[in-house]
Amino acid sequence: MAESRHLLDVDDLTREDIERVLESARSFAEVLRRPIKKVPSLRGKTVVNLFYEPSTRTRMSFEVAAKRLSADVMNFTASTSSVEKGESLKDTALTLEAMGVDAVVIRHPVAGAPWLLRQWLEAAILNAGDGMHAHPTQALLDLFTLCDRLGDLEGRTIAYVGDILHSRVARSGIKACRAMGMEVLVVAPPTLLPPAELEGVETGHDLDAVIPRCDALYMLRIQKERQEEGRFPSLEEYTHLYQLNPRRLGKARPGVVVMHPGPMNRGVEIASEVADAPMAAITAQVASGVAVRMAVLFTLLGGAEGGERVA
Amino acid sequence: MPELLIEGARLIDPFNRLDGVMDVAVSRGRIAAVGKTLEKEGREVLDARGKVLAPGFLEVHAHLREPGREDAETLQSGLEAALHGGYTAVCCMPNTEPPLDNAAIAEAVAARARELGLADLFPVGCISRGREGRELAEMALMHLSAARVCAFSDDGSGVQDAGLMRRAMEYVTAFGALIISHAEDAALSLGGQVNEGAVSTAMGLRGIPALAEEVMVARDLLLAEETGCRLHLAHLSTARSVRMLRDAKKRGVPVTAEATPHHLLMSDRDIDGYDTVFKVNPPLRTPADMQALRKATGDGIIDAVASDHAPHTLEDKEREFDYAPFGVVGMESVFPMLYSELVLTGALDLTRLIELLTSGPARVLGVPATDYGMGIIVGARADLVLLDVDGTWTLDAREFASKGRNCPFHGRVVKGRIHCTLKNGKIAYRAPNTGSA
Ligand SMILES: [Zn+2]
Ligand SMILES: [Zn+2]
Repeated sequence: MAESRHLLDVDDLTREDIERVLESARSFAEVLRRPIKKVPSLRGKTVVNLFYEPSTRTRMSFEVAAKRLSADVMNFTASTSSVEKGESLKDTALTLEAMGVDAVVIRHPVAGAPWLLRQWLEAAILNAGDGMHAHPTQALLDLFTLCDRLGDLEGRTIAYVGDILHSRVARSGIKACRAMGMEVLVVAPPTLLPPAELEGVETGHDLDAVIPRCDALYMLRIQKERQEEGRFPSLEEYTHLYQLNPRRLGKARPGVVVMHPGPMNRGVEIASEVADAPMAAITAQVASGVAVRMAVLFTLLGGAEGGERVA
Repeated sequence: MPELLIEGARLIDPFNRLDGVMDVAVSRGRIAAVGKTLEKEGREVLDARGKVLAPGFLEVHAHLREPGREDAETLQSGLEAALHGGYTAVCCMPNTEPPLDNAAIAEAVAARARELGLADLFPVGCISRGREGRELAEMALMHLSAARVCAFSDDGSGVQDAGLMRRAMEYVTAFGALIISHAEDAALSLGGQVNEGAVSTAMGLRGIPALAEEVMVARDLLLAEETGCRLHLAHLSTARSVRMLRDAKKRGVPVTAEATPHHLLMSDRDIDGYDTVFKVNPPLRTPADMQALRKATGDGIIDAVASDHAPHTLEDKEREFDYAPFGVVGMESVFPMLYSELVLTGALDLTRLIELLTSGPARVLGVPATDYGMGIIVGARADLVLLDVDGTWTLDAREFASKGRNCPFHGRVVKGRIHCTLKNGKIAYRAPNTGSA
C-alpha cells in the first residue's frame, strides 16, 4: 500500500503494510475512546461511498470513519443513484472524477468492479467488497480483532467455516491470515468450496474434527439461496453438520475466538448462546471496523502528504 | 480475353495438393489459366512475387448482428471485415434479433448480402423456433428457400433438450443438412463468467466448468452416431472434448469440429485484470486444454479454424465483468495471429493453416450451391487471397472494417497479413500502402 493509492485487495499489502495499518488503527481506536472522537487529519478531503449493493453496516462504518477524520462524505447508493436509470459504472466514475473527489469506497455485486473504476478515476479506490472476490478492510479489521484477542498471530490456527465459495470475507481473510503467519483451515461441504484449492490452505468437511486444533473459528453467513441452488439439501441438515453450538464449542481450545462477519443467522451457522458467549468477538469486530477504516483512509489520503498526525 | 495476371506467387491450395511458384490468369471472374510463365500481354499484372496465393478463406462461424444489432455490426461491415481478413465466404450464425428461424428472414438476409456484392454469405438457420429450444424450426423450408440454408444451429446457447436435438438430427438427414452444436449444458454453466478453476477462484468470478461443454459434446456425438446426421462441433475448448472427438472419428461418426484462434492462442491465465475483452464463451480454458487443441489442430482432428467473430459495442463491453457480453471479434486477426504464433513458431505448417481456413471449412459445410472450395484450378471461381508472409506490422483494432473493437490481440506486433483479397476475379480488398496492381 506504501506505493499504491488504492486498497483493492489484501494482495496489495505486504506484512509490513498490514502491521503499519494495524498500528495506526490502534491509535485511532484510542481516539475513538476520547470524549471528542474526531481528528482533523482529512479536513477538506471528499470521500464518496459508492454502494451498488445494500450494506448499511459497512457503509456506516466507512462513513463514521471518514467523518471522524473530518473528511466530507457523500453517499451514493444503488437505490438513489442512477443505476436504475441505466447509467453505467463508467458514467458514474466520470461524474465523480469531474467532481474532484479524493477517495471512492466502492461496494459492488460484481467481482473486479473496483479495478474498472481505477481506470477511469484519479481518486483513491477502496474496495468495500466486490462480488465474491475481495473485502480487504474486513480482512484487516478481522486481523485487528484477532491480534487484540490472541496477541501474536504467528503460528496460530484459524478455521473458516461454511460458504467459502461465495465468500469475499473468507477469500481476503485467508490471504491476510496467511500473510501474518497463521495456519488456515477451511471447513465446508464440498459444494460450498471453491473449484480450485486455495493456496496453502487445508480443506476439510468435518467441523468436529478440526475444532480442537483452532485458536479461532470464523463462521460464515449461510444464505438460503444457496439451498435453492442445490448446494445443500436443507438448512436443518447444514445446521446439524456445520453450526457452531455449545456442544461443539466445548471441544475447543481455551481462549478460542469466535468470529462472524455479520449479519448472523442465529440458529443456523451459529447458535445464539455461542454468539453471545464471551469468546465471541463479533461486536468487537464491528468496533474495530471504524478504527481500521480510519487507518486505511488516513494511509491512502493523508499519510503520504504528511497530513496532520493523530495525537 | 483474360483480365488479370497474378505473377509469381507461391500457390498453396491444399484441396488440389498444389504448392509451387506459378502464374495465375483470371478472366470473367474465373481462373483461366495456371502455369509457369503465362502471357502478360493485354493483362493487368499483379506482382505477387514473394507472396503466397491461396483460395479465399471460408469462415464457418461468424456473428454479423443484422438484423437487430446493427450498432454492433451490419452485413456490410461484417462482410467487409471478412474481405479484410482474406475471407471470400462467411457463414453467419442465426442468433440475431429476430433470429434466423424461418425461410423469409433467411432469404432476406441472403438477398441483402448478394446486393452488397462483398463476400458470399451462407446463412445458418436455427434448429428451434425462436432459438427457444422447444420446437423444431422449419429447417426444410429454409433449406429449400432461395437462401439454401444448409446448416442449422441454435448457437449462442446449446440445445438443452436431448429429445429435441435427436429429432433435429433425424429430421435433417432427409436433406443432408448439417447440425452445428454449440455444446453447453446451461445447468452446468449457469452464471459462469470464466473457466471454472484456479482462475475463477482467484478472480472471485463464477466458473463455467469444462464439463458444461463435455457433457453436451458426449451427448451430441452419441446422437450423431445413432442418427447418422452430420454433426459439427463449434468452438471446441477442452482437452476432454478433443479426446471424445478423436474417439468418435475413429469409430466413423460423421462429425467435424472447429477451434478458434483465441482458444488456440490464449488460456485463462492470459485474462488481464478484469478486462472484458477476454470474456468469451466457451471461456478461455487452461494451458493444458490449449495445448490439446493445438495438437488436434495440427494433426487433423480439428477440421477448421473459425473465428466465432462476435462484435460488440464499446458500451456493451466496457462494463462490469458479469454484465458484459461474451465474445471477441476475429475475422481480421485470424491469419496474422495464427501465422505469427503457430506457423512461425513451428507448431503448424503454413499449408495446414491454409487448409484449416479453406478446404477444411468447405468440407465441414459440404458446400452445395456454389463451386466454392474448388480451389485454384482452371474453371474455378477466382475467389483468392494473396498473403504477405514477410512484412511486420501492428494489429490495430481501430482500423478494422468490423464495427467491433473487442479484439484481445489489439496492439500485437505480427508477421503475415492479407495483401489483397480477390472476389470473383476482382480485387475486393487491398491492404493500405501496398501500391496498385
Ligand atoms: Zn457458440
Ligand atoms: Zn458463436
